[in-house]
Amino acid sequence: MKPPPFSYHDPRTAADVVGLLGTLDNAKLLAGGQSLMPMLNMRYVLPDHVIDLNRVDGLSYIRERGGALEIGAMTRQRDIEFSDLVRERCPLMHEAIRQVGHRQTRNRGTLGGSLCHLDPSAELVTVAAAVDAKVTVTGKNGARSIDFAAFPAGYMMPAIELDELVTGAAFPCWPAGHGFAFVEFARRHGDFAIVSAAALIEEDTNGRVTRAAVTLGGMGPAPVRASEVERALIGETIEEKRLREICETLRKLDAVDDIHAPSSYRQQLATVLPRRALLQAHQRIAKGKRS
Amino acid sequence: MSETRNIAVTVNGKRYEATVPVRLTLADFLRHQLGLTGTHLGCEHGVCGACTILLDGLSVRSCLMLAVQAGGHDLLTVEGIAPSADQLHPLQEAFRDNHGLQCGFCTPGILTTLIELLRDNPDPTEQEIRIGISGNLCRCTGYQNIVIAALDAAKRMKMSPLPARGERSSERSERG
Repeated sequence: MKPPPFSYHDPRTAADVVGLLGTLDNAKLLAGGQSLMPMLNMRYVLPDHVIDLNRVDGLSYIRERGGALEIGAMTRQRDIEFSDLVRERCPLMHEAIRQVGHRQTRNRGTLGGSLCHLDPSAELVTVAAAVDAKVTVTGKNGARSIDFAAFPAGYMMPAIELDELVTGAAFPCWPAGHGFAFVEFARRHGDFAIVSAAALIEEDTNGRVTRAAVTLGGMGPAPVRASEVERALIGETIEEKRLREICETLRKLDAVDDIHAPSSYRQQLATVLPRRALLQAHQRIAKGKRS
Repeated sequence: MSETRNIAVTVNGKRYEATVPVRLTLADFLRHQLGLTGTHLGCEHGVCGACTILLDGLSVRSCLMLAVQAGGHDLLTVEGIAPSADQLHPLQEAFRDNHGLQCGFCTPGILTTLIELLRDNPDPTEQEIRIGISGNLCRCTGYQNIVIAALDAAKRMKMSPLPARGERSSERSERG
């Protein structure tokens, strides 16, 4: 057998999961299994206990509440992909999720699994950073909410306690008519992005940017918000030449150097992908006004 | 010393009860315990797609599930695609007629993937098929004849719709 020996638990409630986490040593939570199962098969991880979340009630939902989309941790990526509510209220996520893995992995993969695995180039992680999502966590002292900016504690390490469970996340919705785009560069369709860029903008009636969020995934241990670029865009009208100047400043961002690409290559992508994303976001606003 | 559990699963319309080690993957369960060796294992870490099966009508990689997780669910493997022992499914016929396989190792995963794709999208474009099978690696064909076979299968299936054995056509499971 490929996976190492472990004890298997399949609790039915979130409270039971928290109880198990509080009593078991060296336990791993199994959500969609699209990252943990390969790690078990290759014996990168050797847990004494696997706690399967697939039979826990109440962790799979997509609903709108208080101007945000609330999505349960065990909501399958597939359900996000085909949700009309997501396409309407968080079109950035709709665009991003189609670039997550393949149909076979999205049928199993979950929102919570993706957020907690916290791969620095995972699309859902970048979307969470782009819209300032809040992650809901439950533990023995009850539930709490974590701003996504504070969620990555380090490379692939969420800022949650050992006995806490992520139950869902809230993704604030941008107003109808905003511009959005998610673009990434990957070697093959379905691969993790080498670098990805998410752009969200609002424009006034004169076409000047009034609000902007620009996020880069894959550069470092967690997605980064290009806050200087966001500020520089305010009051500008989107056009290619000016965007080139503004986005050129992103070349100075830190970037990892690994087997997939040297840091200079990522820095080059960091100047190109946000520009493409912003242009597309702008074109979508213009198209929305015409139709 | 491996911990075990008892499970009941339906595979290709037939119900099985079995005792499984909790760390046994679903793919190994199908192959070694049920003898359904049509489900192939290439990479065993979710990259090659050869082990794709349908779980409650949705394609999944059976190397990335534990057998114990399949308890209570309805599975379709490549053995369940043909309507009977002496008749091929139109998708299989299209693969045969268009040389959609050479060594055949990746074929079970591609067929199961396409069963789902063509059910949800009976009239796909070439691009949609290419994206649909992007999670399945084939080292023989260069994919061209697979795409041709899939487009041909879509045409054949529109002419004579034929549900696969053990396939639940429209319903989808929502699991929390």
